[in-house]
Amino acid sequence: MKAVLEQGYASAKKKNKFLHNVKRDKWLYALLLLPFAYILIFRYAPIYGVVMAFQDYNMFAGIKGSEWVGMDVFQFIFQQDSFYRALKNTLLLNVYDLIAGFPAPIILAILLNEVRVAKFKKFSQTVLYLPHFLSWVIIGGMVYLMFSNSGMVNTFLANLGLAKIEFLSQKIPWLMTYISVGVWQQIGWGTIIYLAAMTGINKELYEASDMDGCSRLRKVWHITLPGIKSTINILLILQIGRMVSIGFDRPFVMGNSLVSDYSDVISTFVYRVGISSGDFSQATAVGLFQSVVGLILLIGANYIAKRLGEDGIW
Amino acid sequence: MVNKASSLGNKKKMSVADRVIIVFIVALSFTCIVPFLYMIALSLSSNEAIISQKVGLWPVGFTLETYKTILSDVEMLYTLGYSILLTVFYTVVCMFLTICGAYPLTKKRLMGRSFILSALVFTMYFSGGLIPSYMLVKNLGMMNTVWSLVLPGAMSVFNLIILKTFFTSLPESLEESAAIDGCTDMGILMKIVLPLSLPSIATLSLFYAVDRWNGFQDALFYITDKHLYPMQMKLYQIISANQQLDSQHGGEGSAGSFIVPESLKAASVMFTTIPILLIYPKLQKYFVDGVMTGAIKG
Repeated sequence: MKAVLEQGYASAKKKNKFLHNVKRDKWLYALLLLPFAYILIFRYAPIYGVVMAFQDYNMFAGIKGSEWVGMDVFQFIFQQDSFYRALKNTLLLNVYDLIAGFPAPIILAILLNEVRVAKFKKFSQTVLYLPHFLSWVIIGGMVYLMFSNSGMVNTFLANLGLAKIEFLSQKIPWLMTYISVGVWQQIGWGTIIYLAAMTGINKELYEASDMDGCSRLRKVWHITLPGIKSTINILLILQIGRMVSIGFDRPFVMGNSLVSDYSDVISTFVYRVGISSGDFSQATAVGLFQSVVGLILLIGANYIAKRLGEDGIW
Repeated sequence: MVNKASSLGNKKKMSVADRVIIVFIVALSFTCIVPFLYMIALSLSSNEAIISQKVGLWPVGFTLETYKTILSDVEMLYTLGYSILLTVFYTVVCMFLTICGAYPLTKKRLMGRSFILSALVFTMYFSGGLIPSYMLVKNLGMMNTVWSLVLPGAMSVFNLIILKTFFTSLPESLEESAAIDGCTDMGILMKIVLPLSLPSIATLSLFYAVDRWNGFQDALFYITDKHLYPMQMKLYQIISANQQLDSQHGGEGSAGSFIVPESLKAASVMFTTIPILLIYPKLQKYFVDGVMTGAIKG
């Protein structure tokens, strides 16, 4: 009896404390109201919207009135060649981006770190960061004007007596253009995070290795690289988690009908099927597939990194 | 005298490796400048020279005609003004939401804090995808309104966490002493936290502003009314007009009915890039600081 009473008393006290705390922080909660509403409406409502993938969605009936069809939509998609093409291209472009684009900023950061002329270093950094601030529409326009058949690059090749290369309309040259432009856009900006990690490396390590007569290459290998290893890991995990997702602007602006066997990726596929053709259920299912696989990859990469004794992202 | 000697000494130390590194970095930097030089050269050249492929990095048949065309195009100027206003408005809305969200979450005593934080972070790794977001905008009646370009992206969780990290790094004693003096949470935010955070607020504002200025996808999805096109959308239309990939096959030119010469395309690219180039030197410094804050957070 006594115990029960005490319990009741304790819970009342707890409730009081709860009310007291809420009252004390009422302004803080008031501040949170709009951001929280924003997240609910614009981030969580779309997550609820993925139920369209399990419906034969009808615009006029809405989610409530549309017919439930279970996994039919997924079954249909997984039989479509165009879906596999988009998936294959997304993976392909991402893998090439990873191979070419991931080491590039690391190498450039190491090189920049070796530059001792401070003014030169600063100036070149300013220039190298610039492409990051250009939109893909601007970059796409520049690429079109530079690499088209009458553009600067082909004019240059012609002046050298070389054959023209159809950078924008033949598959392999287009692929190389797409990947190099991506590397070009991100290489400078990507160095910032590594350079920041390098400033955290203990200077005494370099001094000690100087005393031992270490060569520069050995210092890079044994001091600089280990010093930025955890940064490399985290960025690698994040990039692997993004393996199935791909931005819209870059493939959309750079792609064209002549190279769509390579340039049609999941994001442009979703746009075409969903928004242009109005097949919302299919496009939602593809998007959901992408989100779920992305999450699994991210968790998987994080798990493996942790098993290998590295820092994960959480 | 001493200085000279030491600088001479430095020069002597410049090894072959140093030279190779510098040549490589200079070459890479050149690839970032050459496209602009070429755009400028094209935009100042006559169309005959461009068609006969005479233009390199220097204008041939110098003319200001394209810039005259752009500057006398009322629609173009309208789009420029509209895009600037849109960018400013978007940035203000974003910063308001980000500050409102970040500050309360720095308070460890706040009940439900970790729940709200996880709810926020989850959205960084999982999203409903393009179509549910599109349907949402449609159902909220925001199609073909400015709101569709402002609200769906009006707060970045990543930026919120950067700002929260920065708020947390401010000395706690300041807030404590203000609280003892009877300052409310709101008062502390307005009078102490915000004035001390101006640099990071500037950084994040620039993050948002550049995102909006460069944003293209949402305009393509949500806007069909020409008057609501932001600059990037307008540029996209100019560039993809009568795009001829090579002489045999026609490109996927969207609006093939009117012909836009290459010089005008190049001038339009420059016209859209110049606002960024103008603020770039300032912007770059803030951005680097912002990324560093994000990096230290880890």
